[in-house]
Amino acid sequence: MWNRRKEEEFTIKPTPQPPTSASLAREGIPMSTLPARNPEFESGRSASIGKSVILKGQLFSREDLYIDGEVEGLVEMQEHLLTVGPNGKLAAGVKARDIVVLGTIHGNVEVGDKIEIKKDAKLVGDIKTVRIVIEDGAYFKGSIDITRAETSKAQPTRAPQSAASPSPATPAASAAAESKR
Amino acid sequence: MAGLPQPADPLRHSHGLEQFFASLGGQEGLRVLDLGEFTQANVIFITSLGHRLYSEDLQQALEQTFGAGEPAVAQSDPQRVQQFLGQVLQFPREHFDAVLVWDTLERLSRPILEVVMERLFLILRPKAPLLACFHAESREDTLPAYGFRIADGKSLQIHSKGRQKLAQSFNNRGIEKLFDRFHSVKFFLTRDHLREVIVRR
Repeated sequence: MWNRRKEEEFTIKPTPQPPTSASLAREGIPMSTLPARNPEFESGRSASIGKSVILKGQLFSREDLYIDGEVEGLVEMQEHLLTVGPNGKLAAGVKARDIVVLGTIHGNVEVGDKIEIKKDAKLVGDIKTVRIVIEDGAYFKGSIDITRAETSKAQPTRAPQSAASPSPATPAASAAAESKR
Repeated sequence: MAGLPQPADPLRHSHGLEQFFASLGGQEGLRVLDLGEFTQANVIFITSLGHRLYSEDLQQALEQTFGAGEPAVAQSDPQRVQQFLGQVLQFPREHFDAVLVWDTLERLSRPILEVVMERLFLILRPKAPLLACFHAESREDTLPAYGFRIADGKSLQIHSKGRQKLAQSFNNRGIEKLFDRFHSVKFFLTRDHLREVIVRR
């Protein structure tokens, strides 16, 4: 009795394998010619470049992109969000709808809507943007040109508070950020 | 010290800042250089006036090149001095319509200061305003370090960043001599023991 239980306990049950295309073809089940997609990556996650990746050249993206590696050249994604992770280093011109910088950018930046420069981020270059949010501790060297948005939802650029979205960089939050130093 | 601003100090009126923005005459599209801290407040205010803001934090550049040690000693290394001067204020002649220097000139040793003053003169347009701040004369070894945030065209929020040794101190005659190539120099003494100086190139 005990021996049987041991056999049951230690029997390794085979894990179900996904059907191969050959087996599906034999069964006449229609299959896509595209590679199988993992729904987890489609549900809001962006494409990403990991910190051990070095990319030289022109990078165009039609989805949100997270870069935590090194990119040299040009990054262009007019309708999407670019996030430069804390290990990300871009020596590139950048064009995106929105940009969040936690790492480093050396290059001119053109933003369709908003750029956020986080604490400990470093940006050297000229920025053209509709809105900008700066956390205390961010480093920047270059020029900032606030442009008027073309869409109806654009904020007017002359009112001081309209160029910043509610964020940690508002005066109250800045004071809170300073108290953490 | 009595009279010095505390971290949570409210806004204070700044005659220097008021004159600085008044001298821009309501124009738009000017090039304004800020040599102080890179802050949301200063960026938003200046760009909301329709100007292009150039930011170059001289204090950070000093710390990155020379470290946080005593300026008179740290800034004596000729190689580092050349490295620092090779990266700051590299702009074309008469490129700027205005510059906010804040208290950065006090942190520069004499050799560096001379080059910086020369460059400031060259990169400013004739009659362009320059706002600088200098501590009131003091015998103390260290003086408060400040960050300056523009609240509006007449008001500043000055926050304390601890105390530090300055590279040099200036009396009024020394400040006049510092700007002797410039067109005019005007002083405002503030209650937080700072002298605000408006200079016209």
